[in-house]
Amino acid sequence: MTAGAPPVLEVEDLRVRLRTPRGPADVVNGLSYTVGAGETVAVVGESGSGKSVSVLALLGLLPARVATVTGRAVLQGEDLLTMKPERLRQVRGPGAGMVFQDPMTSLNPVLTIGRQLVEGIRAHGDVDKAAARRRAAELLAEVGLPDPEGTLDRYPHELSGGMRQRVIIAIALSNSPALLIADEATTALDVTVQAQIIDLVEKLQAERGTGVIWITHDLGVVAGIADRVLVMYGGRCVEDGTVDDVLENPVHPYTRGLLGALPDLAQPAVDGVVPDLATVPGVPPAPTDLPKGCVFWPRCPVRGDARCETEQPPLAVIGSADVALPHRAATWCLEGTSGAGSPEGGLR
Amino acid sequence: MTGQPLPPPDAPVAGQGDAKGTSPGPTTLRPVRPRWRETLGLLARNPTAATATLVLIGIILMSVFDETLAPQGPNEIDVADRLQSPSWSHPFGTDDLGRDILSRVILGAGVSLRVGFLAVGIALVIGTLIGLLAGFYGRWVDDVLMRIMDMFFAFPAVLLAIAILAVRGPGSGNTALAIGIVYIPIFARVTRASVLGVREEVYVRASRSVGASDLRLLTRHVLPNAAPPIIVQTSISLAFAVLAEAALSFLGLGTQPPSPSWGLMLAEGRGFIDLAWWLAFFPGMAIFLTVLCFNLLGDGLRDVLDPKQRTLMAGGGR
Amino acid sequence: MVVLAGVSVIVFALVHLVPGDPVRLALGTRFSQETYDALRERSGLDQPLVQQFFSWLGGALTGDLGVSFRSGDTVTSLIAERLPATLTLAFASILVALAIAIPLGTISALRPRSLVDRFATVISQFGISVPDFWVAIVLILVFAGTLGWLPSGGYVPLSEDPLGWLQRLIMPAVVTGTVSGSVITRFVRSSVLEALGADHVRTAQAKGLPARQVFTWHVLRNALLPLVTVTGVQLAYLLSGVVVVEIVFSWPGLGQLALQSVQSRDYPVLQGAILLFAVVFLVINLIVDLLYTAIDPRIRR
Repeated sequence: MTAGAPPVLEVEDLRVRLRTPRGPADVVNGLSYTVGAGETVAVVGESGSGKSVSVLALLGLLPARVATVTGRAVLQGEDLLTMKPERLRQVRGPGAGMVFQDPMTSLNPVLTIGRQLVEGIRAHGDVDKAAARRRAAELLAEVGLPDPEGTLDRYPHELSGGMRQRVIIAIALSNSPALLIADEATTALDVTVQAQIIDLVEKLQAERGTGVIWITHDLGVVAGIADRVLVMYGGRCVEDGTVDDVLENPVHPYTRGLLGALPDLAQPAVDGVVPDLATVPGVPPAPTDLPKGCVFWPRCPVRGDARCETEQPPLAVIGSADVALPHRAATWCLEGTSGAGSPEGGLR
Repeated sequence: MTGQPLPPPDAPVAGQGDAKGTSPGPTTLRPVRPRWRETLGLLARNPTAATATLVLIGIILMSVFDETLAPQGPNEIDVADRLQSPSWSHPFGTDDLGRDILSRVILGAGVSLRVGFLAVGIALVIGTLIGLLAGFYGRWVDDVLMRIMDMFFAFPAVLLAIAILAVRGPGSGNTALAIGIVYIPIFARVTRASVLGVREEVYVRASRSVGASDLRLLTRHVLPNAAPPIIVQTSISLAFAVLAEAALSFLGLGTQPPSPSWGLMLAEGRGFIDLAWWLAFFPGMAIFLTVLCFNLLGDGLRDVLDPKQRTLMAGGGR
Repeated sequence: MVVLAGVSVIVFALVHLVPGDPVRLALGTRFSQETYDALRERSGLDQPLVQQFFSWLGGALTGDLGVSFRSGDTVTSLIAERLPATLTLAFASILVALAIAIPLGTISALRPRSLVDRFATVISQFGISVPDFWVAIVLILVFAGTLGWLPSGGYVPLSEDPLGWLQRLIMPAVVTGTVSGSVITRFVRSSVLEALGADHVRTAQAKGLPARQVFTWHVLRNALLPLVTVTGVQLAYLLSGVVVVEIVFSWPGLGQLALQSVQSRDYPVLQGAILLFAVVFLVINLIVDLLYTAIDPRIRR
């Protein structure tokens, strides 16, 4: 984190409402955060927490017919949400690149890798075909693909999942974006490849000073890559702060549940065997029918305050507010949290 | 990264599964049978399919009570009343022999539907059986049966039917037989594909592991769960069977005069098209309406029962 | 190849193993024993079945499909005579079909539930459900009868009278093309809808490609790949299955020939025509497979 410099991205009160057959769904409900140059922000949450939608909304990748996006999202001084479509198109690529979850389906199966890279490069500058092709080969080399020249003429099905994800990263980086958004970028890959991809992004980020939004549900990845963490639940940020604050001193009952820090939240032990997955029982609220009070109330094992059922708690600073990144949580139940660490002494 | 077991928040959450209940969750041992009442309910909410169903019920009732409904006998000849345009006494007009078109259209419904149902019945029973065996047993049974089906599939449907009629002679019974034979491969393919989909489902393997007989497996588990695409195909095939009967009768190979078949009436009316458009118009409308309703019902059923669109494209039968 | 062998067996069996004496049927009710024996001998029907099959098959492989009971012409020449008309109609129809289906299916997929989409749904449902011969009759009544713009039927070769050729081609091509077009429209619509929802489209958008480029190269191109299959199926159908429309428009194609051979019990001709259609079907399938390999990199190897 480079303190003092203006953030690459500043999101303020982002809200997304989707039209569904079952009525309007409030998928993102007032999300605010910033991403600094060279900084990695991890957005964590269950499926249905609105984390993917919140970044797709930034780049206007939600179908306009069903999605209403409000708020502000300033990327390098320009608000993405009020941009004209043509300007937004120009920003996709050089402003922000995106890496998607499933490398198997995120590349067009009937076009060569080279073509898919070249068309992205040529969409943002007057580059002739040969130069774009040279640039494409460089990019492939940069993301660590062997035989970049040969790979240009190959089709996606001829590459492994990990190689395809490298190609997708190369595409996302091809116009040197200020911001890289990785939406569950390693979820579909096996563990060794995951680690390679994470290393790759960290290396490229260090070289280029790119801001990164890393969306994941994998707290291990978060511990490995993030500078700061934003925990999403029911379309809201329920806790954020530096990676150390959030992972080692979680405050919100949901975060603590995710981290397995609340033993009574974990699944009941059967025959004395502690189940190896810390899951939070219950299902996330339907975005068409959010609870009146705290979004987590229906599943919350604590419910330590009278206001829980009726009033959504605001994000409140925990500990010192006098740091660059204050640790915040949206819960009424702040007592008894100090000292509650992750059971296994942290994730790092 | 540590080996710390991490919560998989994206894992499917119990109870959140397929809302339609058509695909059983990994823990259910018992298949979720197609729910008839739910299906009908969903169908009723689709205005197009619901209307089509009502019209079809109307047409079927009309063919059951045709003798009562028809103002005249189908072959009541009234030479004085030849080629009358539609009027109050003859709403659809009369033909060159003075026969009442409305009565003949009403009585023709029975012929069309009988041939249609019989033909699809033949195709359904034989085709489904073949598809079931091929899909369930796989290996050489599959190879042999489906290869034979491919051979039949290689013949143009209409011509195969014409050839069968050529050797068997014309008539509505043979028409039904010919159309039925032509449609067997379609049902075999649809059934096979569907069976392959359910064969490896947990409940089938579970039943097999507790020693259920093949027959029991097939009738209790495989067939009910493989049924949705077959049901959709049945409706669509009925549409094409009615159309095919009309076409064959139009060519003079299907239903023979003086039976009031719609296709035959069209053929007879064709000669008078300049003089009396109603001769060909009303039977044509009757065919169109019936075929349309079976198709719309098929589409509606497909939306409800077979969202994955495993049924062959509607055009496959044409 | 196995299918082809099976097909020839079925064609042969169809005519020979089903009860009924083709010669007796061909000759009608009154004939002398000598005529009967002569015809039987000429068509080789007095030989054992297996031998008959192989001599027929041997002939078929060398292009000799036997001799017509009725006219005495060779079946091959009869078929060759009818082929141009059938090919003309089939290809004209598939052009009409694609000209309707690709734009209509694409637009309705891009604007689901719009006016165009509803219109396309209604039209294609109409095209699939309506008896084509009925539409043919109505068209003849309107355009040949009432308006008198077009001849009611028949065929002239392109080389003799290009205008007359076109005039006579329009109505049958429109009728059969509309039916096929309806099937293809529905297919294109669902195919484009599916392609629009594909993940790689989002990747293309996220690259900042212009919308038109995203649509052409990442939606349409992928959606139209499977169109090859459907077009092949429809073409096979058009080459063989439009008997009724040929009859209504007095179009001297193979369908008409097949029907005439049925009506006159001219079995060698029927046998030949059906075999030809089956071969055409298989050849088109083969071409579709080859084409697919050429345009879809996923199955190239």
